[in-house]
Amino acid sequence: MSEASALPIHRVVPEDPAGDAGHVDHPPRMGFFTDTSVCIGSKACEVACKEWNQVPEDGLNFLGLSFDNTGELGADTWRHVAFIEQRKPLALQDPGVDVAQDGAAGIEAGGASGREGFRWLMASDVCKHCTHAACLDVCPTGALFRTEFGTVVVQQDICNGCGYCVPACPYGVIDQRKEDGRVFKCTLCYDRLGEGAEPACAKACPTNSIQFGELDELRERAGARVEQMHEAGIAEARLYGHDPGDGVGGDGAFFLLLDEPEVYGLPPDPVVTTRDAASMWRHAGIAAAGLLTGIALSFAGRRP
Amino acid sequence: MKSPRDALQSWPVLRQLRGEDSLGRGAAAQSEASRNLHARTTGADEVVKSVCPYCAVGCGQNVYVKDGRVVQIEGDPDSPASRGRLCPKGSATLELTTGPGREHSVLYRRPGAADWEPLELDTAMDMIADRVIEARRESWQWTVDGGAVRRTMGIASLGGATLDNEENYLIKKLLTALGVIQVENQARVCHSSTVSALGTSFGRGGATTFPGDLQHSDCIVIQGSNMAEAHPVAFQWVMEAKARGATLIHVDPHFSRTSALADLFVPLRAGTDIAFLGAIVNHVLTQEADFREYVLAYTNASTIVSEDFRDTEDLDGLFSGFDPETGKYADTDSWNYAGAGVKAASGQRDKPQQDNARPSVQSSGHSESHGSGGHKLDGEPQRDETLQHPRCVWQILKRHYARYTPEMVQRVCGVEPAVFARVCDALTSNSGRDRTSSFVYAVGWTQHTVGTQYIRAAAVLQLLLGNIGRPGGGIMALRGHASIQGSSDIPTLFDVLPGYIPMPHVREHPSLEQFIESDAADTGYWAYMRAYMVSLMKAWWGPAATSDNDFCFEYLPRLTGSHSTYDTVFEQLAGRCKGYFLMGENPAVGSANTKLQRLGMAALDWLVVRDFTLIESATWWKDGPEIETGELRTADIDTEVFFLPAASHTEKDGTFTNTQRMLQWHHRAVEPEGDARSDLWFIYHLGRRIREKLAGSTDEMDRPVLELTWDYPTHGSQDEPSAEAVLAEVNGWDHEGNPLSTYEALRDDGSTACGCWIYCGVYADGVNQSARRKPAREQNWTGAEWGWAWPANRRVLYNRASADPQGKPWSERKALVWWDEEQGRWTGHDVPDFPPDKRPDYEPPEGAKGKEALAGTDPFIMQADGRGWLYVPAGLADGPLPTHYEPQDSPVANALYGQQRNPPRKTYPHRHNRYHPSGDEPGSDVFPFVLTTYRLTEHFTAGGMSRWNKYLSELQPQLFCEVSPELAAERGLKDRDWATLVTARGAIEARVLVTDRMAPIALSTEPPRIVHQIGMPYHWGPNGLASGDAMNELSAIVLEPSVHIQEVKALSVDIRPGRRPHGPALDELLDDYCRRAGITAETGVAP
Repeated sequence: MSEASALPIHRVVPEDPAGDAGHVDHPPRMGFFTDTSVCIGSKACEVACKEWNQVPEDGLNFLGLSFDNTGELGADTWRHVAFIEQRKPLALQDPGVDVAQDGAAGIEAGGASGREGFRWLMASDVCKHCTHAACLDVCPTGALFRTEFGTVVVQQDICNGCGYCVPACPYGVIDQRKEDGRVFKCTLCYDRLGEGAEPACAKACPTNSIQFGELDELRERAGARVEQMHEAGIAEARLYGHDPGDGVGGDGAFFLLLDEPEVYGLPPDPVVTTRDAASMWRHAGIAAAGLLTGIALSFAGRRP
Repeated sequence: MKSPRDALQSWPVLRQLRGEDSLGRGAAAQSEASRNLHARTTGADEVVKSVCPYCAVGCGQNVYVKDGRVVQIEGDPDSPASRGRLCPKGSATLELTTGPGREHSVLYRRPGAADWEPLELDTAMDMIADRVIEARRESWQWTVDGGAVRRTMGIASLGGATLDNEENYLIKKLLTALGVIQVENQARVCHSSTVSALGTSFGRGGATTFPGDLQHSDCIVIQGSNMAEAHPVAFQWVMEAKARGATLIHVDPHFSRTSALADLFVPLRAGTDIAFLGAIVNHVLTQEADFREYVLAYTNASTIVSEDFRDTEDLDGLFSGFDPETGKYADTDSWNYAGAGVKAASGQRDKPQQDNARPSVQSSGHSESHGSGGHKLDGEPQRDETLQHPRCVWQILKRHYARYTPEMVQRVCGVEPAVFARVCDALTSNSGRDRTSSFVYAVGWTQHTVGTQYIRAAAVLQLLLGNIGRPGGGIMALRGHASIQGSSDIPTLFDVLPGYIPMPHVREHPSLEQFIESDAADTGYWAYMRAYMVSLMKAWWGPAATSDNDFCFEYLPRLTGSHSTYDTVFEQLAGRCKGYFLMGENPAVGSANTKLQRLGMAALDWLVVRDFTLIESATWWKDGPEIETGELRTADIDTEVFFLPAASHTEKDGTFTNTQRMLQWHHRAVEPEGDARSDLWFIYHLGRRIREKLAGSTDEMDRPVLELTWDYPTHGSQDEPSAEAVLAEVNGWDHEGNPLSTYEALRDDGSTACGCWIYCGVYADGVNQSARRKPAREQNWTGAEWGWAWPANRRVLYNRASADPQGKPWSERKALVWWDEEQGRWTGHDVPDFPPDKRPDYEPPEGAKGKEALAGTDPFIMQADGRGWLYVPAGLADGPLPTHYEPQDSPVANALYGQQRNPPRKTYPHRHNRYHPSGDEPGSDVFPFVLTTYRLTEHFTAGGMSRWNKYLSELQPQLFCEVSPELAAERGLKDRDWATLVTARGAIEARVLVTDRMAPIALSTEPPRIVHQIGMPYHWGPNGLASGDAMNELSAIVLEPSVHIQEVKALSVDIRPGRRPHGPALDELLDDYCRRAGITAETGVAP
C-alpha cells in the first residue's frame, strides 16, 4: 500500500454526513438495518418500493436465479432480493434460544441424496447511502445531494444524465434509465421521511427483516443481534456495512449476513472510489515537481 | 414567478459560498423540487380503512384518496392481524385497483362470433335477466323420482371467495329463490375438507385459533402449508414465536421459503401425511405422552364404540359397512357409539329416513354442514374412564395405529426414523400443562382424495396432546382468499345454507319438521337448529314465511345428490346446465382438469363472467388450448358470452371474513369507473329486473322469487345497494326490527329474522361491529375490539379447555379463560366460548336438552356430548379414523393395506379424465414421478389478480417446475431450459429449476426405492403479462367423498426435456402415453 492510503483521510468518529453537508440542526441520521436472517424472500420490499416511487416494471424476464427474476439493483429496481441456495446446514434463522434442543445442526435434507444439509439464504439489497458517497462526489451538477437525514438522493429536476456517478459507485447501485437518460436509485423514501413516515419497503416487510430508524440505534440493535446469534452458536452471523471505519465510512444501509458478502453479491471490501482523490493530487504534485526537476536537470545536464 | 433576487438567492453556487455546505453536496445543492417535496399520502383528502383483497390473512390497508382518485394503498399499522405490513401482493394493490390491467367496459360475444363486441351495461343486464328466466323455465323440475325438488339444473354459479359476505349472501339468496342449486365457490376446491374435518372433530369447521396467537406456541408444525410464501404477513407471528424460543418444524414434499426459516425441515413423499401423523399418534399412545387429564375430561377417548365396528386392521383397509357395488360405505351404523345413536347432523340423503336411521354421509357432501353444528346423540354414551375397555375409543385408536411405526414412516413417507423421532420429541416435550404446540396447514392437506382425514389426523393428535382451545395451541387452517371463510359461512355452496344449516334433501326433508328432526341435535347448541332455520326463512321471505306454511320451507330447492362444481361440469357436458355465472373465479386455470372445464363451458347456451380482467375462463372460445389443437372451432361454439367488469374492494363497502373467522369491514373509497360494478350491484339489480319481469306471474315456480325480501336501499349515481343494510339482515332483528346481539336470542316461532345465525351479533346494538378498529397496541393480543369474529366474537374456539375441569388455568403460563368464583362467571383474556355463568361443577340433570345438557366440563359446546372427537362415529363418508391410502394416481403401492386408494372416493370416468395405473399395476411406471403443487408469494391463485399486474408478473414471469439434480440427470433436464410434463389428461411445458430444494425420497421398501418428486406452482394460464400453461391441464377430477374436493397435491406424472408439441401432435402424445400405460376407462375407477 502506498504511504498516502494510510493517511487518515476519513474522520471515523463521530461521522456526521448531514452536518458536513451544511445541514444545520439536522435530524438524526436515518438508515436501514436489513437482518437477512429473518428474511422470507417475499419481495414485498421490491413491490412496495415500486408502488410508492412509481418505478417502472423492469422486464418480464425469467432469469431463474433460484427464485430471483430481478437480477440486480438498477434504475428500475431499487430493492433487490437475492436467493442463495447452499449445501450447508441451516444456521438457525432466529435467536436460537432453543439451541440446547436443536443445536446448530439445523436442516436435515432428504435421506436419499446424501446431502449434508441445505439452506436457502435470502437478502434484500438496497443503496447503501454511504457516509462517503462517491456518486455524490463525482456529480458535476449537484443532482446527487446529501439530505438532512444523511441519505444520498438523486434530484431528478437537476440530473442531466451525464452518468459519471454510475461507475463511481463501489456497489454498482446507481444506474441510468435508458429511455430517460437520468440516473435513479433508492431515495430512502426522502419524501416520506420528511413527513415522519418510514420508507415503503421497511413498512411492508412482513417479518421486519428491513428495519428503519436512527442509524446509531440500528447499529446498537444490530450489534446485540449478532452477539445473540453468536451465543446461539451461529458463528457465521456478521454485520456488513455497519463500520464507520470501513472503506466508505460506513453505510447508512447495512446488513446482517449469514455468509461472506460475496455470496450475496456484495463487494467484500468496498472503497469509496473518490477516496484517493486527495492523495492523487498530492502524487500528481510530486510527479509534476519531479518532472520539473527532471527538466531542470536535463537542462542542467546539458551545461557544458 | 420568483423575483430575480430570489432566483439569485437560490442559486446553488451562492448558497454554497454563503452557507455551511462549502462543498456543495448537501444543503446548498438541494433543489427547488427537493425543498418542496411532500409524500403524496400527506396531501390526501381522505384515508379510507380497508382490508387486503388477496389471501385470507386480512391485512389492514389504508387507502389514500386525493381528488376522487386512489393515490396510494399501504398497510394499516393499527391492525392486529398485520401490524401495517403487506406482502408483495398486498403491496401491489394500487396497481391491481388502478393499473391498466383492469377492464372497464362490458364485452359481448355472440354465439359463433370470432370476437368481442361492445354492449351497454343496461342492455347486458336486461339480456342476462332474460336468459335466466328462459333457462329456468326450460329446465324447471318439480319432482325427481317422485320427490318434490322445485328447482332448475339449467343454471349454475361459481365464485364467491373473493367477494364480500354481503355479496355472497345475496347470490345465495336470489339463486336459491330461483331454484338454482348449483351454487359453488372456491371454498369447494380449497377448504371444504377443513369444514368436514374440524367440524366433526370439534363442532365448528373453522380454524380453532388465529395467527396472532401462534406467538404463544412453544412448537409450531407447519405441514400441508407453505405459510411463509402463501401467508407471509401471518408468518410474522411464527417468527415472533421463534424469537421467544419456539421450535419451528416444516413437513413438506418441497423445500420452500417456509422451510428456509424452519429449525427442522422434514421432506416427505407427497400424499403420505396420514402415515406420518398416524405414527406420531401411535408414538403418543404407546409412550403415554398424551395429556391424560385433558384427554379424559374433554375428549371421547373413554367412549365405547358399537360391537359391530370393524377397523381397517380387521378388513385390510376397509371399515365395516362398505358396499363394493356402490363404492360407498352404505351402512355406517356399526361406527356408532355403543348404546347411543349418533346421527350425522346431515345424513346420507339417498334413502328415506327409517326408524331414525343414521345413514352415512355420502353423495350430498353434507359433511360440510358440520361447519357449526354437531350430531344427535340418543341416550347416554357408555364410557370407561380407565380406558381399558377393548372397544373404547382409546383402545380402538391404539389398534388402528399400531402399525404406523417409525419404520413404516420410512417405508411410506421416506422419512428417516431419527428425523421422525425429533418431530415426536419436539411435539410431546412442548405439549402439556405448561406448554402448547400448534399445527398450521392449508391446501397441502385439504386437496387430496383423503383430504378430510389429513386434517382429522391433526385433530386427533392435538386432542391427545391437549392442545385445542389453549393459547399457543390449536389447528390453524390457513385459507387463501380474502373471504373464503365467509363464502363457506354464508355459503355460495350447493350443500349448505347460511350458518352451515344443510340444504334440504329430496327424500329426507319433505317438511320442516322432518328436516329439523333428522338434523338437529338434542343436546349442545345445535339443538337450537330450528330457531336458526326459521329465522333464516324469515330473513328471506319475511311476512310470507309463517308457521302455517312451514315458514316457506317448501320454497327451498332440494338436493338429489352431489351438485358440486365438478358435477356441474358434467351437467354442462350433458347439455342440462345451460347458463353459467363466473364471479371472480377462473376454472379454466384453477379447477382440476381444465380441459373439461372449458369443454363444459363450450356446451353452454350462455356464460356470464364477472372479473377484473379477461381471464382464461372468459376467452377460451377464441384462444383456448382446444382452439389451438383444432379440437374446437370458434365458429362452432354457440356459447353466448357476457363479460362484465367487476368493482374492486376499494370501490365498494362490505365485509371479508378472514382465516381466523374475523369479519372486517372495508369502506368504499371511490366509485368504480366505466361499467365496473360491485357484485352486490350486479346480483341486486339482476334480482330486481327478474322480479320486475316476473311481476304478476301466477306461476307457482315464481312465487319464491316474487315473495323474496329484496328491497335494499340504494345510493349514489350508480344505485349501489347498501351493503350495511345487507349486513343488518345477516345479523338479524327481532319482531320489532331491533338488531339482535346474539344467536341465543333467535326463536323458532318466526318472531326473529336472521340471515346467518353464526354472524348474529356482528350488527349488535345497530352498530357495525365489523368496522371496529381499535388499534392493536391499545388492547391485548386477541384484538377483541378489532372487527368481529364468529361465534360471538370469540377468538380462540373451545377456550373452556384452556382451564382444567375445575375451571383453573392448566398453568399460569397458559392461562386464557378461567372460572371466577367471586363473579360467578367465566372470564379471561378472550371471550369465553362457553355459557358465561355455567359453573365448572355443573352436572346436567337427567334428560336435559340443549345447552342445559352440557356439563360444566364440556368445552366443545357444538358437539352433542360436549367433547372433542378423536373418533368420529358419524358424519364422514370415509370412516371414523384417518387411514393412509395412496393418492388416486400414485407410483407407489400402499404399504399399509391391500386397499390402494380411499375406497369411497368419487371418480368420474370420461375420455378426457382418465386415471393412471398405480402402485404395482402394470403401466404405473409410465408415470413414475410425483407432482406436487403450490403457491408462490408473488402470484395469486389462478392468476386473475396477479398475472395482469406488472409489479407481480416481473417477479415471477414464467411457469416453472422444480426438480432435483438427480432427477435432472436421470431425465436430461437442464436448469432454466424447458421440460414437458405429461399425464393422461394433458401435457404442459415449463421452465426447469434444478435445485437441491427438491430431494429424492428414499423409501425403505423391499427392495429400497427412490421416488423423485416435481414441484410446480399453479398460477399460470395463457393470458396476461405473465403467461404459461396451466398446471391443471395435468390434473384429474377425482374427489374426496365427504365434501368433494379434488386431488391436486400429489399425482403421478412423467417429465421429459424440451417443449411440448402443439396442435394435433399434442393429442397424439397423450394417446401414446395412454397406450403405453394401458389406460382404459376402467383404470383407477374400482374402489
